[in-house]
Amino acid sequence: MEPKVWREMGLTDEEYLKIKKLMGREPNFLEVGIFSVMWSEHCSYKTSKPVLKKFPTEGPQVLQGPGENAGIVDIGDNLAVVFKMESHNHPSAIEPYQGAATGVGGILRDVFTMGARPAAVLDALRFGPLEEGNNKYLLSGVVGGIGGYGNSIGIPTVGGDVYFHPCYSGNPLVNAMAVGFLEHRHIAKGIASGVGNPVMVVGARTGRDGIHGATFASVELSEESESKRSAVQVGDPFMEKLLMEACLELIQADALVGIQDMGAAGLTSSSSEMAGRGNSGIEMDLSLVPRRETGMTPYEIMLSESQERMLVVPKAGREKEVEEVLTRWGLEATVVGRVTDDGMLRLLEEGKVVAEIPVKALTDEAPVYHRPSQEPAYYQEAKNISLEGFALKDSVEKVFLALLGNPTIASKEWVYRQYDHQVGTNTAVVPGSDAGVLRVRGTKKGIAMTTDCNSRYVYLDPYIGGALAVVEAAQNIACTGARPLAITDCLNFGNPEKPEIFWQFEQACAGVAEACRVLGTPVTGGNVSLYNETPGLAVFPTPMIGMVGLLDDINQVLGNQIKTGGESIYLLGELEGELAGSEYLAMFENMEAGALPELDLTKIKERIDFLLALNKAGLLTAAHDISEGGLAVALAEMTVTCGAKVSVDAKDRLRALFGERLGRIILAASQESAARIEILAAQSGMPLHYLGISCGESLTVQVNGSICLDISLNQYRPVFERAIRNIMNSGQ
Amino acid sequence: MLKANVTVTLKKSILDPQGSAVEKALKSMKYPVESVRIGKFMEVTLAETDKAKAEEMMHEICHKLLSNPVIEDYFFELEG
Repeated sequence: MEPKVWREMGLTDEEYLKIKKLMGREPNFLEVGIFSVMWSEHCSYKTSKPVLKKFPTEGPQVLQGPGENAGIVDIGDNLAVVFKMESHNHPSAIEPYQGAATGVGGILRDVFTMGARPAAVLDALRFGPLEEGNNKYLLSGVVGGIGGYGNSIGIPTVGGDVYFHPCYSGNPLVNAMAVGFLEHRHIAKGIASGVGNPVMVVGARTGRDGIHGATFASVELSEESESKRSAVQVGDPFMEKLLMEACLELIQADALVGIQDMGAAGLTSSSSEMAGRGNSGIEMDLSLVPRRETGMTPYEIMLSESQERMLVVPKAGREKEVEEVLTRWGLEATVVGRVTDDGMLRLLEEGKVVAEIPVKALTDEAPVYHRPSQEPAYYQEAKNISLEGFALKDSVEKVFLALLGNPTIASKEWVYRQYDHQVGTNTAVVPGSDAGVLRVRGTKKGIAMTTDCNSRYVYLDPYIGGALAVVEAAQNIACTGARPLAITDCLNFGNPEKPEIFWQFEQACAGVAEACRVLGTPVTGGNVSLYNETPGLAVFPTPMIGMVGLLDDINQVLGNQIKTGGESIYLLGELEGELAGSEYLAMFENMEAGALPELDLTKIKERIDFLLALNKAGLLTAAHDISEGGLAVALAEMTVTCGAKVSVDAKDRLRALFGERLGRIILAASQESAARIEILAAQSGMPLHYLGISCGESLTVQVNGSICLDISLNQYRPVFERAIRNIMNSGQ
Repeated sequence: MLKANVTVTLKKSILDPQGSAVEKALKSMKYPVESVRIGKFMEVTLAETDKAKAEEMMHEICHKLLSNPVIEDYFFELEG
């Protein structure tokens, strides 16, 4: 075989030699194709594995950790939450609508494959500035695709986050998270076992779409990607709805041994991973696979990424039942092979063997790379820049309004009003709050969910920034009154073959791991998206965190807005923030620098616990964490319906109003509860500061005794609410 | 004046959910159809009168706006 063949498929010469050794012979074209996708970063985690091993993955609440289609967490009453987040960055960069739509479709399949009925979707999106290049087109395409798929299938999109930064120009991040519920006894797994059990392809027919999508996801985007366009798949949400109902019916009837979504690398990864988990083999005749197009080769059938397909292994003798259920839902189910015990993935075409590979060679023998890592030069430089002498650049009011109108901070209403967030009528807290909350039908409980990552923090200090992504997620969950349970993550980084990028990856993951350990939120799965680069420029390291939390009593759910006058407002945490990595510094000094405040995770955990205890005692009416834009912005977000008069007893106006430091939360409470809150805080040594009271139609802020902001709701609300809409509706 | 009749179709390898729905409906009505693919038809009346220039411009228009070159093919003919 010509070296060109495997090189074009993304395999290195060493990898090819290893394949040859594992096979004991020269592999054929189809076999090399199968190895190339199974050994791609997307499927094998060959670069990231040594780092991911450091994540805490266990806890009494974890029913299923990493390694399956999605993680599962116990919520009592024999119920569990199934959730997972996955990236669809590269497809969305090429074809935003379909890329995002199939991202949603794929993550939903991961959840219902586990036997759970999907209940909600969240989307974490990152784009370049809307004023630049085709970022506007990408945003509207991606949002349209998420809405188009999610709304059609009838699953609400209840949250997520959107940031804008030049590093994402040309390489947007589209990370979709799905959350579902199931009863413990209905947990399904992606496993193929029981010699002789049939192997069936169910759902849509196989076409030539998305061939080599997994390898495509593992290379840098370039001009050439344009010609790799066949890697884009088109989704069909109605088909997915039918497939979901059919699969859930089969799982609940206990007709299956195993089931797996045909996601990246389609039939190749689903068959080999299922056989790998079952320590078995699989034999399939590819001429039996139903297809949409004529003249498809075995190579194309194995590598197709046509959407809305599943591979299932029914219990022997129940294949008729599977067929019946699928036919009733208007879909096809075809027996294409059987489970064997020889540990081989054997593929036939009309009875003739066309590929024969030991399953373990594909799943366990994939190379593992310990990439060199090196601290990038910018790290110390940015850290050593002193921000001490900096004072306010403009009037407080001007800065305040500019920050509120910054698309990263401004209301994301333009985005989420395109999503149906109420369908299913289980949504208790809608988008726009700190986290989305769903009711758990048949119980008093609620599930809170959020996605978070401030990649500027991660860029400046990957270890602290990685930890802060988890901290922010936990704070957002806690601000709804829910106790953080566990996380899923999408690790979006640049090219790991560059030592500086790999260093970011290692450091950020170590930070995430440490925060998860201290906050008691193990990692239950996720995915790794590397090579997020356009020529020469890597995205900021973005370890996106998707977190779920449990609210014991849905009646105690908290929002982030103050609804009435006369409520006491408190700040839990330090009075002043820092300029390092702040939105203010980026906007007004055009700088992304400084040393992030030292991280004390135990202290943050105590504050979260304190907040939850206050809410459990029924003492709070609203809570909101302080993040980008600092205290002033957080106050504005809390007071969009009712104004407030607050006074901050701090020396430095700039750092008190616009400085950032995670671990700070604003609380609101009725005046009757205020005294008890103060006593409880004093008893447990919590840094609780009284800020003021909600009243009237304007926000008045005093720092160090002098009024520095006095602005009416009608003046700042439109700036906050319309910023993104105005940009999207303006010209071009 | 020249008129361009433009046809835009999904590329062959791209899934066409609309076409498959119509195909299913026709089959359930017992028509002996093999497959259905759905595209769109557009008429563009041009101010340009030079055929060669019009052709070049139409390619540009089709590529930039009328079709999504990632998933669609187009062809057109000029008349008048």
